[in-house]
Amino acid sequence: MLDVRQVSAGYDGLQILWEVAIHVDAGEIVALMGPNGSGKSTLMNSVSGLIRIWSGEILFEGRRIDALPPHAMIGMGVAHVLERHRLFPDMTVLENLMLGCGPHARKQSIAQGLEQAYALFPLLKERRTQIAGSLSGGEQQMCAIARGLMSSPRLLLIDEPFIGLSPHMRSAVAKAIRAINRDGVSVLLIEQNVAEALSLSQRAYILREGRIVLGGRSEDLKVGQTVERIFMAREDVPSGLDIVSS
Amino acid sequence: MSGDLLVQLLLSGIGMGFIFALIAIGLTLIYGVMNVVNFAHGEFLMLSMYASYLAFATWGADPIVTLPFVAALMFVFGLLVYYLLVRRVMQGSMNSQIFATFGLMVFLQAAAQFIMGADYFAVRGGLLSGVLEVGSLILPAPQLAAVVGASTATGVLYWLVFRTATGRSLRAASQDRQAASTLGINVDRMYALAWGIGAACVGIAGSLLSNFYPVFPRVGAIFVLIAYVAVALGGFGSIHGALVAGVIIGLLQVLAGFFISSQLKFVPVYLLYLIVVLVRPRGLFGRL
Repeated sequence: MLDVRQVSAGYDGLQILWEVAIHVDAGEIVALMGPNGSGKSTLMNSVSGLIRIWSGEILFEGRRIDALPPHAMIGMGVAHVLERHRLFPDMTVLENLMLGCGPHARKQSIAQGLEQAYALFPLLKERRTQIAGSLSGGEQQMCAIARGLMSSPRLLLIDEPFIGLSPHMRSAVAKAIRAINRDGVSVLLIEQNVAEALSLSQRAYILREGRIVLGGRSEDLKVGQTVERIFMAREDVPSGLDIVSS
Repeated sequence: MSGDLLVQLLLSGIGMGFIFALIAIGLTLIYGVMNVVNFAHGEFLMLSMYASYLAFATWGADPIVTLPFVAALMFVFGLLVYYLLVRRVMQGSMNSQIFATFGLMVFLQAAAQFIMGADYFAVRGGLLSGVLEVGSLILPAPQLAAVVGASTATGVLYWLVFRTATGRSLRAASQDRQAASTLGINVDRMYALAWGIGAACVGIAGSLLSNFYPVFPRVGAIFVLIAYVAVALGGFGSIHGALVAGVIIGLLQVLAGFFISSQLKFVPVYLLYLIVVLVRPRGLFGRL
């Protein structure tokens, strides 16, 4: 579904990603892990067109998307929930959700999207006339995920959905992500907490200093504490756990 | 003083206030959406006043009739300024943006002086000359038109910005351009739209103003200075703020002109501005 091939990218001449290759298959939840500054967000921003890649290619459902502008992505079926939710703070919850449908949405698709959003997060229905900036952190994250879903994407990119949330909110958001996935939406998410990321995902990648150092099925990665050691202690990748590419 | 006189003063103040507000809204919209101050905003006003005047002098078309055309013309002019000038300097430093619109101001003023000369031109004997008598009230028609026209234009603008899908996209782009772009909003197009609408606001203000104010190359400076005060007073980027501050300033200067001296009518305006900036630097409706 999503195929990132040997992508290098960066900002202002500073290279962040070095020939990164990952893929997400239809129906999967894939986690992207790694320490701060390892290039997780840069990789996700490359997929959604927020930054231009230097080399390599990104394919979505077999089509090249790496030259498309960011505003073309929801039309392709890819939605991106940015880090720290990034709601429009001065607008109401309802306005934020409506914007999720894209600027050319029909009334019908907005109504349909709202129905789904309220079914997933009933709380948002109660808060729909409230200014988004007045919601709690967890509520804002829910609103951001719901906004991302408004365009009925086939792939949802979520950057650190659990950051700053209470344990209660974490499990509510994780439950929602599973529900979204059960409805047929593939998910690529960034998460620093290894246990959280592995329990939620079917596959995971570890990014370190702009390179994929490990990738595989989340179940296999849970074995032992290899994963933690790799990205905490900067240990080299053991030969037993090989990078799963292609 | 009589009640009638007070009503006339208030009406005139509100009329001027809405015109200030319309100019200030254009300025604050462009600033709010893309963080660029349009230093040539007053010259946009000057251009639209010349357009109104020339249509009147050449074809006898009254400014109130040509208002929609001037507004449309200025909308296109705003788009052109964005695409040909502002967009090209957006990658550069803040200084290059300041110098670009400042340079445009100097250029437009000089061009107007070169083509039209430094003379004052006024629309005389238009449809809106004279007064309207309502009972014992004597209301000058141009000011009355300014109240009706500018408040209608402001109402339409409010509807556009706060009630339509396009307005929602515009506000989204102004609050968080990156998030807006991930939601399918073409931010570049929103910037162009802000310039178009901002210039069209000034086009309407210029048309209404040309009924009772002469046009000359430096006319913009007088009004835009007040508009800057309105923007700062109302809070940078706030449309509500620009509207409220514009009307307050309009009333204040008319009342001060009457009760103190017409030479000193702007003194209380700048005094109020200084007090607000000292006490509440973000303005009445601004965010920090």
